[in-house]
Amino acid sequence: MNARALFSLALRNLLRNRRRSLATLLAMIVGLTAILLFGGYRANILYGMQTGFVQQSGHLQIQRRGYFLDGGDSPTAYGIADYPKIIAAIRNDTTLAPLVAMVTPSLRLGGIAGNFAAGVSRSVMAIGLVAQESNRMLAWNDYDMVSYARPLPLAGADEDAVVIGSGLARKLQLCAVLNVPDCSQAPAAAKAAETTNAPDDVLALSAQESAQQPAAARNRIEMLASTARGAPNVASLSVIEAKNMGVKAIDDLYMAMHLSQAQKLIYGASPPAVTAIAVQLHHTAQMPAARTRLEALLGSEFSAEPLEVLDFQTLNPMYGQTDQFMGSMFGFIAVLIGVIVLFTIGNTMGTAVMERTTEIGTLRAIGLRRSGIRRLFMCEALLLGAIGSAAGLASALAIAYAINHSGWTWTPPGYSYAYLILVRVGQNTPLLVGSIVGMIGVTLISAWWPARRAARLEIVDALRHV
Amino acid sequence: MQPVSLRNVSKVYHLDAVEVAALNEVSLDIEAGRFTVISGPSGSGKTTLLNLIGCIDRPDRGEVIIAGQAVQDMKDDALSDFRARHIGFVFQNFNLLPVLSAYENIEYPLLLGKVAPAERRRRVRELIDAVGLTGRGDSRPGQLSGGQRQRVAIARALVHSPALVLADEPTANLDRQTGAAIIALMRQLQHERGVSVVVSSHDPQVQAEADTSIHIRDGQIVDSEAEVTA
Ligand SMILES: Nc1ncnc2c1ncn2[C@@H]1O[C@H](COP(=O)(O)OP(=O)(O)O)[C@@H](O)[C@H]1O
Ligand SMILES: [Mg+2]
Repeated sequence: MNARALFSLALRNLLRNRRRSLATLLAMIVGLTAILLFGGYRANILYGMQTGFVQQSGHLQIQRRGYFLDGGDSPTAYGIADYPKIIAAIRNDTTLAPLVAMVTPSLRLGGIAGNFAAGVSRSVMAIGLVAQESNRMLAWNDYDMVSYARPLPLAGADEDAVVIGSGLARKLQLCAVLNVPDCSQAPAAAKAAETTNAPDDVLALSAQESAQQPAAARNRIEMLASTARGAPNVASLSVIEAKNMGVKAIDDLYMAMHLSQAQKLIYGASPPAVTAIAVQLHHTAQMPAARTRLEALLGSEFSAEPLEVLDFQTLNPMYGQTDQFMGSMFGFIAVLIGVIVLFTIGNTMGTAVMERTTEIGTLRAIGLRRSGIRRLFMCEALLLGAIGSAAGLASALAIAYAINHSGWTWTPPGYSYAYLILVRVGQNTPLLVGSIVGMIGVTLISAWWPARRAARLEIVDALRHV
Repeated sequence: MQPVSLRNVSKVYHLDAVEVAALNEVSLDIEAGRFTVISGPSGSGKTTLLNLIGCIDRPDRGEVIIAGQAVQDMKDDALSDFRARHIGFVFQNFNLLPVLSAYENIEYPLLLGKVAPAERRRRVRELIDAVGLTGRGDSRPGQLSGGQRQRVAIARALVHSPALVLADEPTANLDRQTGAAIIALMRQLQHERGVSVVVSSHDPQVQAEADTSIHIRDGQIVDSEAEVTA
């Protein structure tokens, strides 16, 4: 029997019991929509995280071996002294140059920031960076995300300029100067108490400072850090902006300054170093190639320093954890829906075989082979799967469009501001292909047993069936 | 060549512990181009006999030779192809495919036989006219009367020019007058086309039309011109 006649017969048989076919289709549509929407949501979260990490610290980082795991904020022991040469080598490498969007050095340091005018100090995690370059890294947006990254105003700012997290600004009582929202300044009494508790020499120092400072210069803080030789060093810094860092734990500690300022603080007159060289690629898919070449380059030309290349997944374990968590949720939902669809279609096809037993006997008597009967029912299932998939896809795309244009937001755990809720269905080819192939596969599997049962009926028994 | 030849054919049904001998050592030959009527009371084994002749059931013992070929040991696929080529069926309940039009029902055996489209069209049209359903080709079985449905079934049974057409009580679900018309039609087409037709019936109207009559009772042939006497 030719394919056209077969499909036409299958389609008419599906239309025969419209209510049952519709109910089955509905189960498939709801299931596929749920899978696609969740998959799209998951993709959006992972792409969003990836975009954030790549914008901040690149795809790959060159660090001194052991710094990431053991170094913490001790730049002195894990400095890369040769960094200008390494950066030049990467920029000039014929393999790497076309892959690389940006190479930029950074220096992490810890210390204590004090607003002595207010008599408060806090420990900070600071990063020294090349503002122009790291701002250019923020432009990376391979997945067309709604980006929340704003360029640091450090570019073009004075040598002593710093940007701090809004949480840190609150703790340093710089709210008024920096226009930090949601800021409840400590009441005067408490402030007085705090002030009297401070050590005498600090009090004296801060009194001296505040006396010197004109009202307009109330944005000045001191940063105390330990130099490469272990001696304390202080820099006077000018906070030009408080920035909401998203994650509260970071927001309370964050400080960004010019790399030169950070190096002056840590290395003084000695040769400066950095703790990391960030390498941002044009596309994430280029990571394996870039990494291989980078490791070869470091191993040959810069083998004097023990360096390693770390990818953004390693640098941000949260990425892998989120991926795994959402992956297992996705798997759970997919299996659940797969089983429901399996039984729904199995039941539909089983009932169809029962109802059409006499027809099966007739077709067999006329000369249709067993395989022809099986093909007929599999064909019906395939058609059902294809229609269900198409309708499910349309429904998922429509709902995704509605969600993406609804402006709904949510605040992820640990974050201090809300994100737009977006689902990426349309652009996600693996998700689309996987779900639809999976759905049609489930349809065929669930139709297999009823079709087999139909094919194995004895003709005379089938004909006698009423 | 004889279209049907049975040698010592037996068929036993097992109902729980009880054995029912539906056919017991039946031997018969049916000559080509005849209108043969199998008659006998209900439960005598008419349907069982027709099922064996139609190659949709297998004997427990004996030999079934249809169109010169011993079929009792053929593989299922080969037997399906054999039926598609050599046998046409008319059923008591018409057994048309409800989702296909009259035209498509008649065309179906030609699709199975992979007949070319133009030839299919020619043959289906010819048979629609021959069974008196000109203009009703687009109707679904549900839109046709019982007599009209049986006409579609007769056309379907003849369209691929089989050697043998089998009809198990084709008039049992029709009123007397319609039944007579259907038998007349079958008789006429059988005669015109020279095909061998075997009909089972306990209707005297049908038996009156027979070239050859076979009487069966309790699974045995009791009186027949076709009986092979040992
Ligand atoms: N599938 C079956 N299982 C058990 N007994 C059957 C079956 N089919 C037919 N029989 C028995 O075989 C005998 C012959 O039946 P059948 O060939 O249908 O007779 P007829 O068509 O002449 O009425 C009857 O006794 C019937 O009850
Ligand atoms: Mg019968």
